Amino acid sequence: MEGGLVFIGDLDLTTRKVLKWLMERKPIKDIVEWANAFSLWPVHLMTSCCGVEMGAAYAPRFDLERYGSLPFVSPRQTNLIIIEGTLTRKMARVARITWEQMVDPKFVIAMGACAIDGGLFWNSYNVVRANEVIPVDIYIPGCPPRPEALARAILMLQQRIKSRGITRHDLELIEKNLKLEKVEFARK
Amino acid sequence: MASQQPQASQQRLALGKALEELATRLSEHLKGVATKVEADKRSMVINIEVDRSRILEAAKILSSLGFDHVKSLTGVDYPDKGVIELMVHIGSYSRGLRRIMAILRSKLDRKDPRTPTLTQIWPSSELQEREAWEMFGIVFEGHPDLRRLLLPEEFEGLWPGRKDFEIPTRKAGEVEEPWK
Amino acid sequence: MVASSIAIEEISKELIQTRDLGVTEEGERLVELQIGPTHPGSGHMRLRVWVDGDIIVRCDPDIGFVFRTIEKLSENRIYMKTVPLVERPSLLDTTPMTIGYINALEKLMGIEPPPRAKYLRTILAELTRIASHLYGIGILAIFLGHSTGFMWGFGDRELFVELANQLSGARITYAYVVPGGVRRDMPQSFPDDVEKALRYMERRLKDWYKIFLNNPVIEDRLREVGVLRKNDAVKLGITGPNLRASGVDFDVRVADPYEAYDELDFMVPVAEEGDAYARTLVRFEEIKQSINIIRDALKKMPSGDIIHPQIARMFNPLMKKIYEETRRVKFPGIFASLKPPKGEATARVEAGRGEALFHIVSDGSPRPYRFRWTTPSYRNVILFKYMIPGHRLADLPAIYGSLDYFPPEADR
Repeated sequence: MEGGLVFIGDLDLTTRKVLKWLMERKPIKDIVEWANAFSLWPVHLMTSCCGVEMGAAYAPRFDLERYGSLPFVSPRQTNLIIIEGTLTRKMARVARITWEQMVDPKFVIAMGACAIDGGLFWNSYNVVRANEVIPVDIYIPGCPPRPEALARAILMLQQRIKSRGITRHDLELIEKNLKLEKVEFARK
Repeated sequence: MASQQPQASQQRLALGKALEELATRLSEHLKGVATKVEADKRSMVINIEVDRSRILEAAKILSSLGFDHVKSLTGVDYPDKGVIELMVHIGSYSRGLRRIMAILRSKLDRKDPRTPTLTQIWPSSELQEREAWEMFGIVFEGHPDLRRLLLPEEFEGLWPGRKDFEIPTRKAGEVEEPWK
Repeated sequence: MVASSIAIEEISKELIQTRDLGVTEEGERLVELQIGPTHPGSGHMRLRVWVDGDIIVRCDPDIGFVFRTIEKLSENRIYMKTVPLVERPSLLDTTPMTIGYINALEKLMGIEPPPRAKYLRTILAELTRIASHLYGIGILAIFLGHSTGFMWGFGDRELFVELANQLSGARITYAYVVPGGVRRDMPQSFPDDVEKALRYMERRLKDWYKIFLNNPVIEDRLREVGVLRKNDAVKLGITGPNLRASGVDFDVRVADPYEAYDELDFMVPVAEEGDAYARTLVRFEEIKQSINIIRDALKKMPSGDIIHPQIARMFNPLMKKIYEETRRVKFPGIFASLKPPKGEATARVEAGRGEALFHIVSDGSPRPYRFRWTTPSYRNVILFKYMIPGHRLADLPAIYGSLDYFPPEADR
C-alpha cells in the first residue's frame, strides 16, 4: 500500500480530527477563503462623518457591490465592521457590543484619519482611538478618504484573507493592548 | 458694479440708524429692568444686559414685543471675574423684526450659578438649557427634565465648558507680525 | 414576546432590546423600544420610543454619539485652524458653515472681501446646497424602501461634487474660504461645465417627479404624516425647509443678506400643509431655485481681485508672482498669528438644513476666548419629542427621513 493515513478510534473524535485535517488542505481551504473574501458584508453602523463617503462608495459611481460587498442589517448576519471616522465614548461602547455579537470570522476596517490616531480631534476629551476598543485589520488614511481608497482597502483585505487565512493568530497579543476601561460603563 | 457700492454703503448707514432707533425704543420698554441696552451695528444685534434677578421679567417683556424663539443659549466663563455670563440669542419670525437679533446677557455667580428657566416663555430653549447645564453647571430652576444631553455618564459633576477643565495642547511657534 | 406582535418589516428584522413596563395609570400597556445606532433606519443616534401596541406614546432622542467638542477645541487653536473643525460636522454642505465663521471673523477684523470673491463664495455655497438636498432625498428614499431614489440621489450628487472639485481641489472638504476672500479663482472651462450640469439637472428633475413625487405609494406614505402646524413651528424654533413647509417664509438669505445674495434674483418656496410631502416638495423646489441663482451669479460675475488688498500687501515677491500668474493665494505669515481686536461678533447663514449662528468672543490673543455655534439640526431635535407621539410605529422612518436630520451636525 502507498503511504497514507489511517484514523483509528472513537467515531466522534475521529470525525472531528478528519474535519480539522480537511479544512487545512488545499481544495476546501481555498473554497472557504474565496467565499469569505467575496462576501464581506458590512453592518449598518455609521460612526461619524466619513459615512458620507461610505454611502457614496456603495452608490452608482463607485459601486462596491461588484466585489461582493453589500451593507446588511444585523450584526449576527454580517462579517465586517467599517469604523468610519471618529469614535466617541458613547459610540465606542456600541461598536464594542456590535463587534462582540458578530460571528467568527470577522474583520474590521478603520477608515479615515480620526480612526487611526484621532485625526483633527486628537485632543478632545470625548474621543477614543479605534484600536483601543476592537482589533483592526486595515487602516485607510485620508480626511475623508476617497471612495476609491475604500475599494482598495476591500481588495487588500481580500488578498490578506487569501494569503493568511481567515483566523487571526495574534488575537491574544491584541487583546492585551486593548484599553477597555473606557467602555466598561456599558456593562450595567 | 461700481454704481452699487455707494448704494450699498447708503443702505448700511440707513440700517445702522434704524437699529439705533430700535435700541432706544427697546430701552424705554425695558426701563428699570435692563441695566444697559446698546446696538452693535457691525453684527446687527442689540445687546441687553440685565441683573440676575430680573431675567424672567425682561424675557416676558421681550416675548410680548415680538421675539418668539431662542436661537442659542449658553454661558461664557470668566474665572478671573468670578462670574459665568449667561448669553441668550433671541430672534423673531415676524416681518418687522426678522432682520435683527437681540442678545440677553446676565452675570451669574460662578460658585453657584442658578437662574429660573425660560421654557415657560420660550419652549425652544428646552434642549439648549440641558446642554448649558451639562457644560457649565448652571442650574435652571423649574426645568421639566434637567439631565445630560450630549455627554456620557462619566462626565457628571465635571463641567467641561469651564476654563479649569483643561485639554492637552501643543505649543505652536507664534510668528510676531503685528496686524496693523 | 411582545415585540413579535408588532408587524412592521423594518423593526422585525433587527435585534432590539425591549422591556415590558406593565400597565400605566391611563390603562396603556407600554413597551420601550430602543432604535439604536446599529439600525438601517436610525443614523448616528438612538431613539427611545415607548409604544402602546403600535401607537407611539412618548419619544426621547438620545443624541451625543458624534459629539466631538468642537467649541472647546477651538479655544486651544489659532483662528485659522478652526476652519477645518467647523467644516467636518456638517459634511454635506460645508461651505455655508465656513462662510459663517469667516464672516464673523471678518466683522471682528473690520474688513470685507472684494465683490468677485463674494460671487465665488455664493456659487460654491449653492452647489453644495444642491448636493446636500440630493443626499437628503436619497436617504428619505432608502428609508421608505425606494432604492432607485437612493441610487439616483447619490448618482446625481456626484455631478456637483465633481464641479466643486474642479473649483477648489477637494471632493467635500474644501477650506475654500479664507479671511479676506477665497483661495483660488475659477478655471476657464468652469462656466461651461456648470451650464451643462445645470441643464442635465433640469431634465432629470422631470424624471424625479415621475418616479418619486407622483408615485402613488410615496404619496400615500408621505401625505398627512407628521403634520407640523405653523404655531408649533414658530414656538419650537424650527428652521430651514421644515419651517418653510409649514407656512412661514423665513430665509436668512432674504431676511439678513450676506455675501452676494442681495444682488441676485431668486424666490423662496413655501408650502402650507406642513406634512412630510410638503417638506420633500420644498426641497425639490429649492434645488430649482439654486439652479437659477448659479446661472444668475455666473452672468453677473464681476472681475477683479479675489483677496482683500490689505492682505495682498503682505505677500512676499514669490507669492505675488504666483498670485498674478495662476490666481492662487498662498497664505502670508500673518494668518498664523492673526490677532483680531478685542470684542464680539455674530454672524448667521442659511445652510442646507436651516439657519446656523456663529458668535466669537475675542480678547486680543491669537486664540478665540469663546466660540459659540448653533447648527440647524441641533434646533430641530426637539421635533422628535413633540411631533412623533400619536403616530404608528411604521410611520417613523417616513417622518425621520422627511425631517432631513443629520446627527453629526446636531452634535457638533
